[in-house]
Amino acid sequence: MQSKPQCACTETVREGQRRGPGMTGQLALGVLALAAWYALYSQLLPFSNWLTYSALGLAETSHLGSAIQFFVYDTPKVLMLLLLVVFLVGIIRSFVTVDWTRKVLAGKKESVGNVLAALLGVVTPFCSCSAVPLFIGFMTAGVPLGVTFSFLISAPMVNEIALVLLYGLLGWELAAIYFVTGIAVAVIAGWVMGRMKLEEHVEDWVREIRAGEANMADQTMTWSDRFRYALDSVKDIVGRVWKFVVLGIAVGAAIHGYVPEGYLAGIMGDSSWWSVPLSVVIGIPMYTNAAGVIPVVEALLGKGAAVGTVLAFMMSVIALSFPEMVILRKVLKPRLIAIFIGVVGCGILLVGYLFNAII
Amino acid sequence: MQIQVMGPGCPKCEETKKNVIDALAEAGIAADVTKVTDFQEMAKVGVFSTPAVVIDGEVKVVGKCPSKAEVLGWLK
Repeated sequence: MQSKPQCACTETVREGQRRGPGMTGQLALGVLALAAWYALYSQLLPFSNWLTYSALGLAETSHLGSAIQFFVYDTPKVLMLLLLVVFLVGIIRSFVTVDWTRKVLAGKKESVGNVLAALLGVVTPFCSCSAVPLFIGFMTAGVPLGVTFSFLISAPMVNEIALVLLYGLLGWELAAIYFVTGIAVAVIAGWVMGRMKLEEHVEDWVREIRAGEANMADQTMTWSDRFRYALDSVKDIVGRVWKFVVLGIAVGAAIHGYVPEGYLAGIMGDSSWWSVPLSVVIGIPMYTNAAGVIPVVEALLGKGAAVGTVLAFMMSVIALSFPEMVILRKVLKPRLIAIFIGVVGCGILLVGYLFNAII
Repeated sequence: MQIQVMGPGCPKCEETKKNVIDALAEAGIAADVTKVTDFQEMAKVGVFSTPAVVIDGEVKVVGKCPSKAEVLGWLK
């Protein structure tokens, strides 16, 4: 094989692809998997009831019974939703690369750019360790600072994991509210920061960088490449967050079963004005992701916490994370980081008060 | 052959470097593998998402940890 590597390798690659199912085969497999997924999903509620109340013989009104039923139902439900949605988002992400996003945003004016950046933040593959190169990429492409911030706010805050958990545990209405207000905070906070002319608070070395054009290898993907990419992202993402989901739901289940109804109305209810700012401040140093915090939030809501307060808490935990600030410190001067936290924090406060007032 | 693995040092970047080294060992190819953690260096070759692998100046992958099999594909 070493003697004539050129043809030997193209042959083996082709053979490798041929061994797998073809396009129609893959499609059939996908439909089959989806049907099996649905059949299983629809049995989760009856199964959890059967297991808790018949098999284990717990009373429906007991603390332990309601905690266990909550856990047995919600854990597989959320994990199954995650599998499906992370896979679908993985397919979308195989089209939307950081490079592409950079090019799209490069020619855009502010305002339109802010909206576009916030929306692209949801689907562009992003992890906080990539925040610095991404920031440099946007700056060197001439993307306005405010537009870049719209992206950096929406990317962690409005993501598929948060939306799945909200949908699975709290219903589509709250997922939709979170999506819309999350995008709104990203757009407005980015726009406000754009108005403040903060360019000189970006570290000097970043402004001096002249980016080169990448000599990209051919990266055209076939559909089976995209499927593999999506499956990899399922393995990677679900493999990383499932522990937080299970832990979060376990804590949620305990609250669900043991904390009396209405207990939290006093602390996290809408009657006290200070509950919203307090939950934002508590949220900043908390380092957990959407997967851990949303199941807890669901249980809190059930015990009398107000929707606005809870939304504010959730957004603060997810969008304003301390480790991300540490990473961004490499490219931003401290003053700009403080303004970033301040502006986003104010946006989140507004969301909190708004929803406490209308719901 | 010059191979650059780019990334600030998160777990995925380490995994990428390991996969590259494993692939080289499996293919029996000697190459100069360097880890690039300097963002300025990355920007120069147009890399704005990590991890990234650059072989002889050509960007093979960005924003994703390649499997050993993928690296083997680039080596041949």
